[in-house]
Amino acid sequence: MDIVVENLTKVYGMQRAVDNISFRVNTGEVLGFLGPNGAGKTTTMKAITTYLIPTEGNIWVGEYSIYEQPEEIKKRIGYLPESNPLYQDMPVIDYLKFVGELQGISSAKIKDRIREMVIVCGLEGEKHKKISELSKGYRQRVGLAQALIHDPDVLILDEPTAGLDPNQIVEIRELIKKIGKQKTVILSSHILAEVEATCDRIMIINKGKIVADGTSDDLRKRAQGKEILKVTIEEADTDTIFEKLKELPTVELVDILNKAKNSFEVQSKRDDSSRRHIFNLCVKNGWILTELTSLETKLEDVFRELTYN
Amino acid sequence: MRQIWIITKRELQSFFDSLTAYIMLIAFLGFSGLFTWLYGSDIFFTKQASLQTFFGVSYWTLFFFIPALTMRQFAEENKTGTIELLLTRPVTDWQVIFGKFLATLLLIAIALVFTLPYYITVAKLGNIDHGATIMGYIGLLFISATYISIGLFASSISNNQIVGFLLALAIGILFHFVFGFLSMASSGFVSEVLYFLSLGAHFESISRGVVDSKDIIYFISIIFLSFVGTEAILQKNRT
Repeated sequence: MDIVVENLTKVYGMQRAVDNISFRVNTGEVLGFLGPNGAGKTTTMKAITTYLIPTEGNIWVGEYSIYEQPEEIKKRIGYLPESNPLYQDMPVIDYLKFVGELQGISSAKIKDRIREMVIVCGLEGEKHKKISELSKGYRQRVGLAQALIHDPDVLILDEPTAGLDPNQIVEIRELIKKIGKQKTVILSSHILAEVEATCDRIMIINKGKIVADGTSDDLRKRAQGKEILKVTIEEADTDTIFEKLKELPTVELVDILNKAKNSFEVQSKRDDSSRRHIFNLCVKNGWILTELTSLETKLEDVFRELTYN
Repeated sequence: MRQIWIITKRELQSFFDSLTAYIMLIAFLGFSGLFTWLYGSDIFFTKQASLQTFFGVSYWTLFFFIPALTMRQFAEENKTGTIELLLTRPVTDWQVIFGKFLATLLLIAIALVFTLPYYITVAKLGNIDHGATIMGYIGLLFISATYISIGLFASSISNNQIVGFLLALAIGILFHFVFGFLSMASSGFVSEVLYFLSLGAHFESISRGVVDSKDIIYFISIIFLSFVGTEAILQKNRT
């Protein structure tokens, strides 16, 4: 089921939380929402789940519009809200049964579905406990289980791995990847590595607007443009090397990374490469070049560049 | 209908799990039993085979108890955010409101069923007016439904249970005393309108065994208006 967001705008008082954004997510795609706090990620997700009524714009989930057939959308969506609200006084099993019934799972199938969710989400030992007795990680699993129980076509996960330990995070990421093959998934996160690891496509939102959209490679390439090299030269005077490197015709910037080890960061001019020149420089001076590596632009840098005022 | 019943079941379960239901049942039966049989103008004092005293006491007990039951129903969901998960299920706002309403009404009905021994005992003691008694019970159910719908509305307004409780009481007092008092203080048409708005007048006539469509319309209108108000607030929270 495809999700189509058309000119979505949401205004709170004077603030435009989401400002006229449009995008499309195709079936089988896992889209990651990135953005600083208050960028409009949660607002957009809430609008897709039909919970928030947008100020302007429309959202289509499959052939259904959030205005015309919200009930049809609700049947096909699994939603894990940011704060993962659950009925604290209910045992896990009862809660999953309640959700399953509301989602219209037939009473013949509901037991099997609950059993499956308990296994998939690793709740076997906790299934009879009250939700209030569970740790944050287990609650998060219950949150995932309730979102998945009716086998929805669309999954909206707002920070799905918040509060989980590293092992659980890996498990949940694997699970999302597996599920994402047949479904449409939108997830949000602050953790760039997570989005990179789980999502086919990344969308960076800032101040209610989409500032970047593409695969992680696309985004990196866009920010790259310039070559950045890490250079380490042994047995020579740091200042001399620094001066000489700066004199190279293709070099724009030189930065000393580590004085003791004589390592430098060399940024070339746009569309130029300095590798050859650096090698020749070392040969000419008889320096021992021990490291010459290309530094990849990290997604963090892309993110910072795009979302920093 | 199925969706309403699923919500009702969960709400009832929550009443019983949190002991609220047991406390309410015991306190209600204790109060009504005490005043019907042992204290004040009880059966033996009035020497009449009638449940008028019981209805009067229940009327006031429920006035305080029902807001205590309903105050949690929306306020808690607003506070923890579970309302968001509930409303993103394939249910309408109306089904949620009605499901919660029905749960509390069922709990009150259970409490009233437990008072049937009073009825049977009094009927054995003397010549009871069956019609008036049955109408008295129906009247209590209508009054309860009215209080519940007001209580749900009050609960939906904020995420604070105490606010929900006090607001429900305040609205109840408005319908009980303020309209009655103003009616006495005014005259002519205005007085009649205010008298019509007063809750007590309608319960009185119903508990005397008189079924007037005016009373039924009155109760149903308040219930309906409270539902509309609650729905409007649920909608408002989503914009």
